[in-house]
Amino acid sequence: MGMEGIGARVTRKEDKRFLTGKGRYTDDMVVPGMKHAFFVRSPHAHARITGIDASVALGMPGVIAVLEGKQLQADGIGNLICGWMVHSKDGTPMKMGAWRPLAIDTVRYVGDAVAIVVADSAAEARDAAEAVMVDYDELPAVTTSLAALGADAPQIHPEAPGNLIFDWQIGDPAATDAAIAAAAHVIEIDILNNRLSPNPMEPRATLGIYDEAEDHFTCYTTSQNPHVARLVMSAFYNVAPENKLRVIAPDVGGGFGSKIYIYPEEIVCLWASKKTGVPVKWTSDRTEAFLTDAHGRDHVSTVKMAFDKDHRITGLKVDTVANLGAYMSLFSSAVPTYLYATLLSGQYAIPAIHANVRTVYTNTVPVDAYRGAGRPEATYLLERTIETAARELGISPVELRRKNFIRTFPYQTPVIMTYDAGDYEASLSAAMQAADWDGFPARRAQSEARGMKRGIGMSCYIEACGIAPSQAVGSLGAGVGLWESAEVRVNAVGTIEVLTGSHSHGQGHETTFAQLVADRLGVPIASVNIVHGDTDKVQMGMGTYGSRSGAVGMSAVVKALDKVEMKAKKIAAHLMEADEADIVIENGDVKVAGTDKSLPWFQVALAAYTAHNLPSGMEPGLKESAFYDPSNFTFPAGCYIAEVEIDPETGKTEILQFVAADDFGNIINPMIVEGQVHGGLAQGIGQALLEEVRYDENNGQLLTASYMDYAMPRADDLPSFSLSHQNTPCPGNPLGIKGCGEAGAIGSPPALMNAITDAIGINTLSMPATPLKVWSALQAVQMRQAAE
Amino acid sequence: MAKVTLTVNGRAMAGECDDRTLLVHFIRDRLGLTGTHVGCDTTQCGACVVHMDGKSVKSCSILAVQASGSTVTTIEGLAVQGELHPVQAAFNQHHGLQCGFCTPGMVMTAVDMIARHGGQLDEATVRQELEGNICRCTGYHNIVKAVLSANEQMHGAQRQAAE
Ligand code: FES
Ligand code: FES
Repeated sequence: MGMEGIGARVTRKEDKRFLTGKGRYTDDMVVPGMKHAFFVRSPHAHARITGIDASVALGMPGVIAVLEGKQLQADGIGNLICGWMVHSKDGTPMKMGAWRPLAIDTVRYVGDAVAIVVADSAAEARDAAEAVMVDYDELPAVTTSLAALGADAPQIHPEAPGNLIFDWQIGDPAATDAAIAAAAHVIEIDILNNRLSPNPMEPRATLGIYDEAEDHFTCYTTSQNPHVARLVMSAFYNVAPENKLRVIAPDVGGGFGSKIYIYPEEIVCLWASKKTGVPVKWTSDRTEAFLTDAHGRDHVSTVKMAFDKDHRITGLKVDTVANLGAYMSLFSSAVPTYLYATLLSGQYAIPAIHANVRTVYTNTVPVDAYRGAGRPEATYLLERTIETAARELGISPVELRRKNFIRTFPYQTPVIMTYDAGDYEASLSAAMQAADWDGFPARRAQSEARGMKRGIGMSCYIEACGIAPSQAVGSLGAGVGLWESAEVRVNAVGTIEVLTGSHSHGQGHETTFAQLVADRLGVPIASVNIVHGDTDKVQMGMGTYGSRSGAVGMSAVVKALDKVEMKAKKIAAHLMEADEADIVIENGDVKVAGTDKSLPWFQVALAAYTAHNLPSGMEPGLKESAFYDPSNFTFPAGCYIAEVEIDPETGKTEILQFVAADDFGNIINPMIVEGQVHGGLAQGIGQALLEEVRYDENNGQLLTASYMDYAMPRADDLPSFSLSHQNTPCPGNPLGIKGCGEAGAIGSPPALMNAITDAIGINTLSMPATPLKVWSALQAVQMRQAAE
Repeated sequence: MAKVTLTVNGRAMAGECDDRTLLVHFIRDRLGLTGTHVGCDTTQCGACVVHMDGKSVKSCSILAVQASGSTVTTIEGLAVQGELHPVQAAFNQHHGLQCGFCTPGMVMTAVDMIARHGGQLDEATVRQELEGNICRCTGYHNIVKAVLSANEQMHGAQRQAAE
């Protein structure tokens, strides 16, 4: 592997600037003449706008402009869109209501943007925004999905009667019903997946710059995918044609999905910059982030799992209602469908599956992908169900899982996916060993002796990453292809720039992508620069989400490197008068195998650019580009085990150990992969123990709009983690990578909830398992026991 | 308007700002030191931690005028002549940062923590002391490792010298 090549624990190249305060995030950008924006937002969850009066605000100190939705519409700026078409089972297309960047006649959630104030300073913009008088006629609001489907629920969009966006299904309903009818045992359970706020620590920000001389726009933005932002802003929002719009996402301080989407603020600041003639910057505060960043999860499901008399699963029936909030965000339709229901087979051979999904509008912030996106919901549902089944059937949860594992590959599930490779037994055994599963009864007895409740739980997850084969997702309704692009530029002195459409928001691409080049060409990673996040530098890209940068982004780099290597070998063969087939590249030298003939890498590069002596007909230069379109999803999988102790006096759960055993395929940098798992686990544990977005069901006010009210996991809420890998290379891409960014958040919630319910001795408990909920559940168990 | 004079990272600086300007905004917008970040509005996240007269403070919860006359060290002032402070080096070595947004505050908090505890740090103490700093990326695992390692390096050397 070499000191810096694939598989090496190289410390990160990007760290130094972050550690010395030299990171450059969007809010750090300052350009001459820059002014500041603040958005006037709806204080109501649902209301008609009857008038906007900005006259007082316009007279306030520093105020340059107050702009509203009608002006934006008059200038031809389009509505926000959802980029993935899903059809209901009756064949009708999803019912998308209009989402205007600035609301004109109706506001549909608390935080819906109504106007933008531009002023000399951020504080002056904020002051003036308070003086913008908006008259509202309040309308009744609804915040939960089930209530929104009720007969008397307020109607949120005229396009979607009954607030139903689509009623979709996958799998074979008849075969599944037959399996359930014929089953020896049927386990039924209701599953709630709590609503979360992604909360990257860097709040969203954008800086719109209009250059009149060139009739050109530049948008700095906190984006995981600047090229997609440019594409959508050009093609759908009519901000500017692509050649007149440059999108730059500099350092991005975390995203977890929430920075995939194009939000109103980017569009409005660009437009406002042209309107006012000054660059316009907006930076979200944290409350605004809670109010307006797309949320995640929020599923309500009922499940039936059928077993034969030997405890083999014969069928799975799922009915899910997903809350998509007040508007359809960019990928919102795909999350509770193709990213969710296609994973409902889990690690198990289930002959018949049927899932029905209804998505609904509510008066809440839009819901879209958050770390895992659909796969955590599928895993939680399945792993809580199988655990409950084991308890009700009176057999070990380990045996029940083992009995039903898929063991031969490729495996075609009844819900589209073809699993290419895996070894579920390996991660299960590794996790059990690491957790000393067999020693648990003794540990439980020790806890009991101290008056404490101890529990253990596991979850075996699978997910689909490396999204995605363009043709396949196109046939399922995606509006874009999900390939990735790369360009490898070898400079005349042999140093290298890799341009990639992937974009790091913490994943360390500047290091891992350089490791790939070091591995191939034997050059030090210090001589490799990664260029990303700027549409003027990188031609095209689809960005970073869905754990795709390794499996898809790096595969594109491999393809470009193949071409560079081929050309370099041709040049070297010519220079050394050898056969091209005998040329090898090793440790930074280009050699003729089996001889002592050798050229340093930089001389081959130099020869490509001096072009004094190239093979006849060859173009000068050494620069190649490639697009890579994956042939399949990748399927990371693993087994997580949580062991907890609950204090029955307080209901507080302490995590005694958390074990993760993952199969990520081949790994470029184990240190970075471990970091990804740690972060994912923290978010999954946060979901299980702490986090929940809550709206007041009566008036639609967001109750959890700050870190005082929304419980973020802190250092002392979490244990240190125990990790291991049991990797089976992915056969689908040249590097054998599966992806690791989301697994932690996918596999951990059910493991923890299985442990907590094991400790309490109940089957159902909804996330987050707060001390109050746990304590109440313990009281109920005690009362029941006392009554018996 | 208020006049604010500060010694920041060893240099005397003066500027005018609104009475209501927070120290963090003064540092970022007036002094152009953008390593200090703003991650919340409620004094919870610690992205804004700097040292003021030798103590770690959340610069989002102090007015610039209140800080006037004091000596402030920001993340930009920690490395000496390009040489990373042991805490910075430990964060690099143990992968204690991902997106880097919480990192300046984490590092400034850790430096103060290590100084206050005189080498007596264990995992539980570090986790408790980090209560005021939120990181969404790392799950804290490697941050805790980095702080303990830097503590060991800084105080282990002292202990050895004393022995
Ligand atoms: S910005 Fe100071 S604590 Fe969050
Ligand atoms: S490294 Fe991203 S928030 Fe801590």
